[in-house]
Amino acid sequence: MSAPLTAAAGGPVIVPGARPSTGFWRRAPRHRSFVLGAVLSVLVLGAALLSLVWTPWSAYDIDVAAKLQPPSAAHWLGTDVLGRDIVSLLLVGARATIMIGVIAVGIGLTCGVCLGLIASARKGWTEELIMRMSDFTFAFPAVLSAIMLAAVIGPGMLTSITAIGIFQIPTFVRVTRGSANAIWAREFVLAARAAGKGKFRITIEHVLPNILSVLIVQATIQFALAILAEAALSYLGLGTQPPQPSWGRMLNDAQTLLFQSPMLAVYPGVAIAIAVLGLNLLGDGLRDLLDPRLARER
Amino acid sequence: MTVTNSTGAPLLEVRNLGVGLNTSRGPAQAVRGVSFSLRRGETLGLVGESGCGKSVTALALMGLLPDSAVVSGSIRLEGRELVGLSDVDYCKLRGNRISMIFQEPMTALNPMHTIGRQVAEPLRRHTGCSAAEARKETIALLDRVGLPDAAGRIDSYPHQFSGGQRQRVTIAMALACQPDVLIADEPTTALDVTIQGQILDLIADLVEERGMSMILISHDLGVIAENVQRMMVMYGGTVVESGETDAVFTRMGHPYTQGLFRARPRLGARKGTRLKTIAGTVPELADLPAGCTFADRCAIVETRCRAVLPSVVDVGAGHGVRCLRTDLSMTSAGGVGA
Repeated sequence: MSAPLTAAAGGPVIVPGARPSTGFWRRAPRHRSFVLGAVLSVLVLGAALLSLVWTPWSAYDIDVAAKLQPPSAAHWLGTDVLGRDIVSLLLVGARATIMIGVIAVGIGLTCGVCLGLIASARKGWTEELIMRMSDFTFAFPAVLSAIMLAAVIGPGMLTSITAIGIFQIPTFVRVTRGSANAIWAREFVLAARAAGKGKFRITIEHVLPNILSVLIVQATIQFALAILAEAALSYLGLGTQPPQPSWGRMLNDAQTLLFQSPMLAVYPGVAIAIAVLGLNLLGDGLRDLLDPRLARER
Repeated sequence: MTVTNSTGAPLLEVRNLGVGLNTSRGPAQAVRGVSFSLRRGETLGLVGESGCGKSVTALALMGLLPDSAVVSGSIRLEGRELVGLSDVDYCKLRGNRISMIFQEPMTALNPMHTIGRQVAEPLRRHTGCSAAEARKETIALLDRVGLPDAAGRIDSYPHQFSGGQRQRVTIAMALACQPDVLIADEPTTALDVTIQGQILDLIADLVEERGMSMILISHDLGVIAENVQRMMVMYGGTVVESGETDAVFTRMGHPYTQGLFRARPRLGARKGTRLKTIAGTVPELADLPAGCTFADRCAIVETRCRAVLPSVVDVGAGHGVRCLRTDLSMTSAGGVGA
């Protein structure tokens, strides 16, 4: 009876070469907040990349004679209290910001996703232990854990990266475990188990790919939070140490001169705002675009 | 309740299977005292309403119940005890010796992977063949289950197929390693009526062709009548009637089986005829009555029915009924099946 079956199975719904995610690039350019977020994020990334090959002035050269200059053709945004070029500082600061963000989110993402997947796959007391530990970590704000770490290993970039990274872990644990649990409850996971797959393989092949979009969105938003945390830590003097420029340090330096030259605080503030806003918009846009429910509406 | 077999050691033997689940309403005994045996090549039907323990029984056989479930009794596959088997060992059996087809083909396939990959998976896993061999075998399988242009569509994703086609894919997936036992849990419930027959015929053909044993789960008496040699009617977690399909349909012993049979909609009935129903609802598994689980809905219930769970009464060769009042039920309703 196999031959006549071919005709009866309903018209084949062939979409050549189509994958569930194909609509992404078609819909992306029309999504306003995604486009704006992407442009702002690329702007910050571009500044960081540019600083690797070119800055108008050296960000490390001090020229006290030329301190606190207003914007001019030579110094587009003027100079700070030590006579360093503001544009150069902002460009090099972007590098530090992005590096700290990437590494800290990398730590949080790797540890958090692993722990979340383990909790979701093992259930029982393993899940309980991981979740209670992440609750415990979550209770400490990044700044507090950074202060504690600074007390132990001294302030610096490493301290702030570690502190922010650890601070990010519980968020990723929760998001991962929550969405992984939803996938574990799906029938195709049961079918995969019925086909003889073990929990590890199901986690890698079925659970992880299905929660990837959630993780991408969360990572983008956590990146923005990491930038804010880095700025805060540098502002408090716990993060990036002089002479390494950073946006948080620039804010700190500008604080004492707030009435003399208020613009010194505005520039790094705007830079931080652009980076955070850009990443948040990008995250929101990605969430909309990667949501399979919206993806199906074509 | 056992259906005795005349000859041959059973392939699958279930003795006094019980499953306790933790529900939101407290601990529930979802399956009680289910016993049956299945010989190679034999087909068995499980029929009953939703929540009567059919699917839980199937999942218990597959070892796929949640960790919190308590399984008692014995499940033996060719003499090997499966209750309490470690997950690692069970993984080697699932998809290899025992396979399962699920109710919802729409959700039983992972939307992220191609169907070819999903069908080839058990092959790669259990037979250790190469990717090229697995692909060749997968195309042959997909072709066998009647997927049009199998070679051309092996790299398509589940959403590119219709429901019937997807169910064919899940059947191919379940049959990939030539299992000894196939469990089909309502394989046609989610499909169009026109496709149902084809899928059931396909499953029946494949079962015969490969000499598999099959456990077919359905709430549809018609499906059971046409597709299996023996059947078990489940209610409230227990088997209330079991026997050869023909024998059960000719002489229904349990009031519940009779009720199920009367409740099926019929073509050609006069317009305006009300569908017959069984009064009342299925009891909550969390608080089952002490006696017969069907007592509250039974027309011929007596006081003694409520006292203790009735034992199985043999009313024919291999035909057992879990009822105290077979004397009455089988005379008054003897003509139901005719």
